[in-house]
Amino acid sequence: MKKLRTKVYMTAGYNTISLGTGRSEFNPKKPRPGIEHYIKEAGQGTLKQIGGAKNVDEGAIGNFMAPRFNKQGNLPGLIPMIDDGLQWKACTRTEGACASGALALMSGMKSVLAETADVVLTVGFEVQNTMKAIYVADVLAGAGWFQKRKDGHAYFFPGQFSNRAGAYYEKYGLEYTRNGLKKWFKNAIENARLCPTAQEHENKVADLDALYDKMKLNGKAFVDNLSVLDCSKVSDAASAIAICSEDGLEKIGIAKENAIEIIGWGQVERNLTLDPPDLTELTTIKKAAKEALDSAGITINDLATIETHDCFSIAGILATEALGFAEQGKGAQFVADGNTSRDGKIPMNTTGGLIGWGHPTGGTGVHQAVTIWEQLTGKAGEAQIEIPKERPYGMTINMGGDDVTVVAIVFKRG
Amino acid sequence: MKYNERLQNVTVLGAAGKMGSGILLLTAVEMADLSLKPENKSKTFVLNAMDVSPEGLAGLMNYLRAQVLKLAEKKTVLLRKVYADRKDLIENREIIEQYIFDVLNIVRPVTKLEAAYDSNLIFEAVSENKDLKVKLLSQIDQNNKNNPWFFTNTSSVPINIIDREANLEGRILGFHFYNPPAVQKLVELINTDDTDKEMIEFSLEFAKKLRKIIVPSNDYAGFIGNGHFMRDALHGISEVENLTKEMSFAEALYSVNKITQDFLVRPMGIFQLVDYVGIDVVQFIMNVMNPFLDDENLHSPLLDKMIEIGVKGGQNSNGSQKNGFLKYEKGKVVAIFDPEKKDYVEINSFKEKCDAVIGDIPDAKVSWKSIIRNRKKDEVLKDYFNTLKTMDTKGAKLAVKYGDRSKEIGKKLVADNVAHNEDDVNTVMLTGFFHAYGPVNEYFG
Repeated sequence: MKKLRTKVYMTAGYNTISLGTGRSEFNPKKPRPGIEHYIKEAGQGTLKQIGGAKNVDEGAIGNFMAPRFNKQGNLPGLIPMIDDGLQWKACTRTEGACASGALALMSGMKSVLAETADVVLTVGFEVQNTMKAIYVADVLAGAGWFQKRKDGHAYFFPGQFSNRAGAYYEKYGLEYTRNGLKKWFKNAIENARLCPTAQEHENKVADLDALYDKMKLNGKAFVDNLSVLDCSKVSDAASAIAICSEDGLEKIGIAKENAIEIIGWGQVERNLTLDPPDLTELTTIKKAAKEALDSAGITINDLATIETHDCFSIAGILATEALGFAEQGKGAQFVADGNTSRDGKIPMNTTGGLIGWGHPTGGTGVHQAVTIWEQLTGKAGEAQIEIPKERPYGMTINMGGDDVTVVAIVFKRG
Repeated sequence: MKYNERLQNVTVLGAAGKMGSGILLLTAVEMADLSLKPENKSKTFVLNAMDVSPEGLAGLMNYLRAQVLKLAEKKTVLLRKVYADRKDLIENREIIEQYIFDVLNIVRPVTKLEAAYDSNLIFEAVSENKDLKVKLLSQIDQNNKNNPWFFTNTSSVPINIIDREANLEGRILGFHFYNPPAVQKLVELINTDDTDKEMIEFSLEFAKKLRKIIVPSNDYAGFIGNGHFMRDALHGISEVENLTKEMSFAEALYSVNKITQDFLVRPMGIFQLVDYVGIDVVQFIMNVMNPFLDDENLHSPLLDKMIEIGVKGGQNSNGSQKNGFLKYEKGKVVAIFDPEKKDYVEINSFKEKCDAVIGDIPDAKVSWKSIIRNRKKDEVLKDYFNTLKTMDTKGAKLAVKYGDRSKEIGKKLVADNVAHNEDDVNTVMLTGFFHAYGPVNEYFG
């Protein structure tokens, strides 16, 4: 399997705020910062920590749909905009729907592994509030197979995951499942409150359980089996991180303990044109996570924290099963019992995840890596969880489409 | 003629006006939704938007497009089902654009009355002038072979008079929307003894499809809504006159407006409401109503004076408020008109002094906005008004007097047989004026 020829690290992460409904800065009627603002802020945030652009060999930029959200293509050309020192350097754009960010990480990691770069500045972003949610749904539907769009729901992706939730309800019970989803939602908001850049940071709802219960399922206005609280919101944000070799770390003057090492990954693709084999299983995530852990030579029991792709609460529950923490049908219970809460057996999405922190689609994969970097190196501020000495490992799972493009990465404190 | 057939050819008279444009929007959407049903695919639906103003009609089409866009964005889940067989419409945006086209494609902006000669149903929303209404309706009726039905949006002219003078033989009823028609839930339904029964049934079905609340009113000038509003406004004007003995006109008007909004927990003060409706419209409605009343005089020299000076209120074509008794900047009230000086007086120059004279409201947390959607608003208001009644401030005393008068007006509407009962009076004020409580209540009187 993957025997890494050289060590690869990530360090110097930076997140902009996740802007959208919920943030006090957000006013749909007023003009907002464009993509250039986000890319620049995140990129410069990382450059500042690594001694500037002169230390960067390459750039990688992950984005899903800027050509539609922002009418902008040729995105590698936006890396030199971050700093004049990046002019004339190699840059690559990656796209794999909501896993575009992790594909950018993979691109940077492979350059380091190929020993063609020592430091890769990696940025992921999406600016989606350029249109109303009903049109955002059109754009994001591009992550599914276009020939299925006509028969899909107005809110296409909520519709896809509503079908998954419906299948799960049918198999294991509605109330039982909703109970688990409610806990997932509650964790997301509570964790987000601890993270200043999170979209739900200012969420002040006193009784989240009551709020969740009040929001009845209504297929006439939205989808049949999920409420808006089960969904990540429309977000504008960017994240950046530096991917380095050992030499690279030395060049930028960052000690290993302030970096995280990549010790394994799984990158798995499912045929976009086919329906998922089992609605109640995230099969691609299951394969990617297994590959990642096998290549790292550890098990789920060694992990101290996980960032998983909860674009919808049901995806969070299904991930606990795909990873092997719970048997099929037991994920809702596993979550309801508090095992994924920040003080639980395996804390997940400690700054809110996609539902709480935000989901700037093409940026999410990079954001997840930044969060793991913060947690494993003790830089998570108020959101910091305890990382046990014997379990210095974290993992990210970034999913594009309905379990189609998946990247799972295992990290170790450097 | 079935419901669908009746709606295949419709005309709205005065379509570019404030009320006409709303009526046109609601009717266009209802007709488009009918036209999109599989059984109606081969039929043509025509809605004539008739108005004498070409500029107004151009503005109307912009308004329609913007409103239908908003509506389509809200009901895209449903629209995807409506257009399920249209393989060329895939994304929400394509479906929304098609729906806007399908609604607008029904509408024919016209400036000539002849367009109405083929219609089965005519909505009349021209200016509140009985002779004009009679002239237009009788001309259409004489030239239209379909024995058309007439729905008049008059808010004050008795229906039986239009019926008789235009010789419509009972083919008319009052179908009175509230402003803005697309938002306010209320329709006052007024029929005469001669009104065609089939027509009443149709009007009820139509109102239901538009999700409107129907309140029947008897055929007395002003009906229920204006029956209350005109008298309520006159009470406000008389209180201003009383107050001018101890303060300036601007201060008095500011005080009464504030008391009617804040102390009485209403959506706007009485003078803001008069501005909203239009000072000229209010004057006109009083003039229409007054000849029918033996025991009272619905007339205000103050309104006459304002019109004489040329200050009328009402709205700009973009929906923003024109200056009237009050001056508005970005939707906020900043000054009060003084008819002697013929100029506005800045509120900031006397606000502090005036507020001190009026005093505070019983509970700073209670406002129309804060309670309108509160399920326990009846309890909140009970406590609030109980406290208000114990207070000795000028504001509280005037507010209680105002509440008493409003109740008296409501009761009189029932006693005079304008409204069938007190509930109907309350429903009109709750749904047509968006009040948080009806005038006939336990709090006052």
